[in-house]
Amino acid sequence: MSYFTILVGIILVNNYVLAQFLGICPFLGVSKKMDSAVGMGVAVIFVMVLATAATWPIMQILNTLNIAYLQTIVFILIIAALVQFVEMALKKFIPSLHKALGVFLPLITTNCAVLGVCISNIDDGYNYLQSLVNSFGAGVGFLLAMIIFSGMRSKIDDNPAIPKAFQGAPITLVTAALLSLAFMGFGGLV
Amino acid sequence: MEKKTSKLSILTKGIIKENPNLVLLLGTCPTLATTSSALNGAGMGVSAMAVLICSNIVISLLAKIIPDKVRIPCYIVVIAGFVTVVQFVLQAFVPSLYNSLGLFIPLIVVNCIILGRAEMFASKNNVLDSALDGVGMGIGFTLSLTAIGAVRELIGAGTIFGFALPWLSAHPMMIIALAPGGFFIYACAIAAINFATKGKGVKGSFGCQGCAMASICQQEKCIAELEKGVEA
Repeated sequence: MSYFTILVGIILVNNYVLAQFLGICPFLGVSKKMDSAVGMGVAVIFVMVLATAATWPIMQILNTLNIAYLQTIVFILIIAALVQFVEMALKKFIPSLHKALGVFLPLITTNCAVLGVCISNIDDGYNYLQSLVNSFGAGVGFLLAMIIFSGMRSKIDDNPAIPKAFQGAPITLVTAALLSLAFMGFGGLV
Repeated sequence: MEKKTSKLSILTKGIIKENPNLVLLLGTCPTLATTSSALNGAGMGVSAMAVLICSNIVISLLAKIIPDKVRIPCYIVVIAGFVTVVQFVLQAFVPSLYNSLGLFIPLIVVNCIILGRAEMFASKNNVLDSALDGVGMGIGFTLSLTAIGAVRELIGAGTIFGFALPWLSAHPMMIIALAPGGFFIYACAIAAINFATKGKGVKGSFGCQGCAMASICQQEKCIAELEKGVEA
């Protein structure tokens, strides 16, 4: 499978948020403002690639030791520790980047998209480089969905024409449904 | 401590008054992803309920021993342990359900309902209350997932728990069983509650308030920063 196919597949066809329902919490929660949507998206790309870079080799160790069933426990701990370290490292060495992404990092620890991409890379049998490309693509897909969605929300939210029962959370979900419908158009591309 | 709540109210509040996904709007990922049929929804609900009850019991027992600073990682390890057990049980006894839920079984670890109950309830209450809370919240979660799943299955495939219905199964609206339908039916369910309770029913909102990590990531600061927008 070529890297390009993986990228197109994960960004457009099997978009993590809109087709696979991973990472819905930040998608619905942090998409009100374009700035924070972009910040969250970039932070997710960053953590996804790092987490995959760390968990893929660990999985090979688990496999050789025949304790693959510990995958869930080991992965979530690695991700949690990694995010902590990254936050500390950024704070110390690249304060400007920490200022931009720091707020989002703790939120990402228990984001199901990050754990999800690490596990699905293993399940799909990708090699190391394919896994990294797949994670990067999943993050880019998330960022893309975040940007489009926050643009849509700025037009739709708080519109007085919305029926009372649908104001707030329901209209957000209906908007997401329309975006998801649009992304279904990419089906069959790869 | 506020006034003592009865055992019965601890048990029942999770089912209707504080239903985790229809009232508090927690656990949106599994709610959307595993409700393509009633059986999948019920399976997810029961699996999450098993993990929730066990982790609530263990965490309430360990609450005094776990140092405050490392409590979240400890809770996550306890939850991940039980998720692994559930994974084994499903794989051995209901392999078809195991295959259709797939990735979402290990992802029970990061289900914010479970971590949220550990942080907000089990760590502060005794074992019996925590177990009851787990049962109540679990039943509420299972019921709402099954209901959403049943509606999506009925419209999307014309079947209910796998049994084909005469006219509907000949005219299915596929889209409802696919991804956009998940968002749409969930939206309709919340809107229906809003309508029935005149806007007072739904307590949660999507955002930091609903997140289980809120207590450790300095919620107010975090929200204030997000509202302000991030100056890069």
